Amino acid sequence: MADIMTPALGESVTEATVAKWTKKAGDAVRKDEILVELETDKVSLEVAAPSDGVLAEINAEEGATVEPGAVLGKISEGAAAAAPAAKPAPEPAKAEAKAPEPKAEAPKPAPAPAAKAAAAPIAAPSAQRVAAENNLDVAKIVGTGKDGRITKGDALAALEARGAAPPPAPAPAGPREVHEREERVRMTRLRQTIARRLKEAQNSAAMLTTFNEVDMSAVMALRNQYKDVFEKTHGVKLGFMSFFVRAVTHALKMVPEVNAEIDGQDIIYKNHYDISVAVGTERGLVTPVVRDADTMTLAGVEKAIGALGKKARDGQLALEDLQGGTFTISNGGVYGSLMSTPILNAPQSGILGMHKIQERPMAIGGQVVIRPMMYLALSYDHRVVDGQGAVTFLVHVKEAIEEPQRLLLDL
Amino acid sequence: MADSTPATSYDVVIIGGGPGGYNAAIRAGQLGLKVACVDKGIDGGGTLGGTCLNVGCMPSKALLHASEFYDAAANHFAELGIEVGQPKLNLTQMMAQKAVSVAQLTKGIEFLFKKNKVDWLKGKGRITGPGQVEVTGPDGAVTQVAAKDIVIATGSLPSGLPGVDVDNKRIVDSTGALSLPEVPKSLVVIGAGIIGLELGSVWRRLGAQVTVIEFLDRISPGMDAEVAKTFQRSLTKQGMTFKLSSKVTGAKASKTGVKLTVEPVGGGAAETVEADYVLLAIGRRPYTDGLGLESVGITPDKRGFIETDHWKTSAKGVWAIGDVTHGPMLAHKAEDEAVACIEAIAGKAGHVNYGIIPSVVYTSPEVAWVGKTEEELKAEGRAYKTGKFPFTANSRAKINHETEGFVKVLADATTDEVLGAHLIGPSVSEMVGEYCVAMEFRAASEDVARTCHPHPTRSEALRQAAMGVEGWTMQA
Repeated sequence: MADIMTPALGESVTEATVAKWTKKAGDAVRKDEILVELETDKVSLEVAAPSDGVLAEINAEEGATVEPGAVLGKISEGAAAAAPAAKPAPEPAKAEAKAPEPKAEAPKPAPAPAAKAAAAPIAAPSAQRVAAENNLDVAKIVGTGKDGRITKGDALAALEARGAAPPPAPAPAGPREVHEREERVRMTRLRQTIARRLKEAQNSAAMLTTFNEVDMSAVMALRNQYKDVFEKTHGVKLGFMSFFVRAVTHALKMVPEVNAEIDGQDIIYKNHYDISVAVGTERGLVTPVVRDADTMTLAGVEKAIGALGKKARDGQLALEDLQGGTFTISNGGVYGSLMSTPILNAPQSGILGMHKIQERPMAIGGQVVIRPMMYLALSYDHRVVDGQGAVTFLVHVKEAIEEPQRLLLDL
Repeated sequence: MADSTPATSYDVVIIGGGPGGYNAAIRAGQLGLKVACVDKGIDGGGTLGGTCLNVGCMPSKALLHASEFYDAAANHFAELGIEVGQPKLNLTQMMAQKAVSVAQLTKGIEFLFKKNKVDWLKGKGRITGPGQVEVTGPDGAVTQVAAKDIVIATGSLPSGLPGVDVDNKRIVDSTGALSLPEVPKSLVVIGAGIIGLELGSVWRRLGAQVTVIEFLDRISPGMDAEVAKTFQRSLTKQGMTFKLSSKVTGAKASKTGVKLTVEPVGGGAAETVEADYVLLAIGRRPYTDGLGLESVGITPDKRGFIETDHWKTSAKGVWAIGDVTHGPMLAHKAEDEAVACIEAIAGKAGHVNYGIIPSVVYTSPEVAWVGKTEEELKAEGRAYKTGKFPFTANSRAKINHETEGFVKVLADATTDEVLGAHLIGPSVSEMVGEYCVAMEFRAASEDVARTCHPHPTRSEALRQAAMGVEGWTMQA
């Protein structure tokens, strides 16, 4: 009997929802065949059969919440129901007459063991007590005792695997009544995760925001001058985002604590510059990562962002696409925001907020001139980044955008 | 005419009719194998059952039972309000009732053989080659039988000690100690193991002054040290004397007694100890004399044991179980191996759980244990919890004036799985089985603690001790 296990779901992802079983109990399965789809906070995962055999039981039904390592189902191995496909086709001339025969020869899918496995497991009195007191589903505990009986140790292990006992729900006096002209809609898993993670960031970081503004004239002029030839050469449009990514990676190298994270009593400095770029999708905001952005050309950054954005909108992002960013850029400007205070993407220590470009009268050299201006916001974790570092960082970004030739000269 | 008949052919031939051999034969018969069991009887006595039935477990229990009553009548009846005066010992009758019981039991095996179509080949068995066993009958007639599989179950004999020659007159082994012609005024037991302490108890109860001489610095090696200490204190209170860390280097028997030379193990002056009789009970050795092992290429190890892997010897088609193999020399271990070995021969999944073989000392109080001792768990570095309950707090024991001893349960500190149970007290031999079942099912101490036990019984102590593992013993 092989267990179909919930795979590791990636950092900070602790549970998944069983979205769909592609097989039902009793079906023959082949190794590596996709059996079940899981939905996590951010992506969908497919879980394949660990071995040939028969899907003996499904422990986590569709809609169930599972944790990494949880048993989704069991395959009784060697019940070679998957074999018929391997049978050589009978000779064509005799095919008709002999048709039923290969079927008859095929090993039976051994229903007996499957049925036995599906029977309710026997739990020791102590294991029943542990399960009852902690709301564990005995059917989901893997028994190691005689003939698969569940021992107290098994129940305790299952309890530990579930994690420090679920807070005995401080029973929020039940859901409130839904009044007329109101509608109750369950939050999607993504929405729940966004809510939880944003709140976690607020609860752990000493978060504050510093502002600046940037004159976009130079970048816009550069872009207008080269956008056609850039697109012709690189096959991708030249946007502003690439300039900001470049400016940010440069600034991160100057102020490394913005690219660091706090781990317990230590600070981990990261010498890689993987920029999470916030992308809005129908389901919510996701932040795929442009890896080693500091080593990329502007065209490379634009291509990478374009590809990730498309994946995000198509719901094709893999978990790896979302993990490991060291700094985040969020652009509220696309929706018209003039100024905002972004919330950190934990455990990162900095997030840059870009905003709408707005023409405003500016005083330059004693003259009032109209300039395309953008407010910049840097939210940072004051535990690791000092005010001076934060301001230095933001000023550096501003200067690089106002004078893009600095990027060329590595200044 | 008999000479010309071809050798009878069997599926399995078992050599030895003790607890290993006879159970193997019965199981083989049950599984439809054509089976024979070769046994000449102890000392050619012509009865089945081996040491256990003839000169071991069974007769010693007969004497322990009878002598306990004698002791009770002499020392405890009065306090219960039964006045019988000084009871009179009829040793001849005590021995006779023992013999009757033993005869009934050995006959019982003959009956079981018939019932399960086991051929008893009376005589001494010897392997003469692969699949060949020669049987020399009591009349000297030699027959050959062929076997697909041969199971060696020849058991063990009492070990000797240089300088102490067993004559079974004044210097006796366990066999001789079961049939002393009189109650010794003084008896020296060499070896404070189970056999020595049981037989020493028999004769002490019947009136002998008993001195136990032991090489080690403790009695009952293998027993949990805390239990052993309590046990020794109890036996001492009953009048047994112990000389630990002492070795016997010589014995001189005369018509009326024995003079022993005893030296401290750590060095020092030798002393002379005199006794009417001496019981040598320092252990047992595998019995493979004249078994023809060489004919199939089996060489026993230095201590005489046959090496096995799941009861298979190095020779194809030759198996070995019981005292001739490694492990505790216990009838029930041999019995378990017999079943597993025959099932393996029959292509089934025979299995013995060697971690759960109980040990019992049938003295008063009795001692019984299964699983690991505290010393073993400490040596393994395993974190464990202890629950203990004294019989002084058990109502039935109290009512019966049998409050000596306690129950101790050892369980894994994390999983609460029962790792060992150590019992000393009244009738604990009958109670340890509960923990064998619990451990076989890998029960937690809490499982025992949450299982209803009848009141008032001594078995409640088992539950209360289990409760103690997690600190909720209720009646102490």
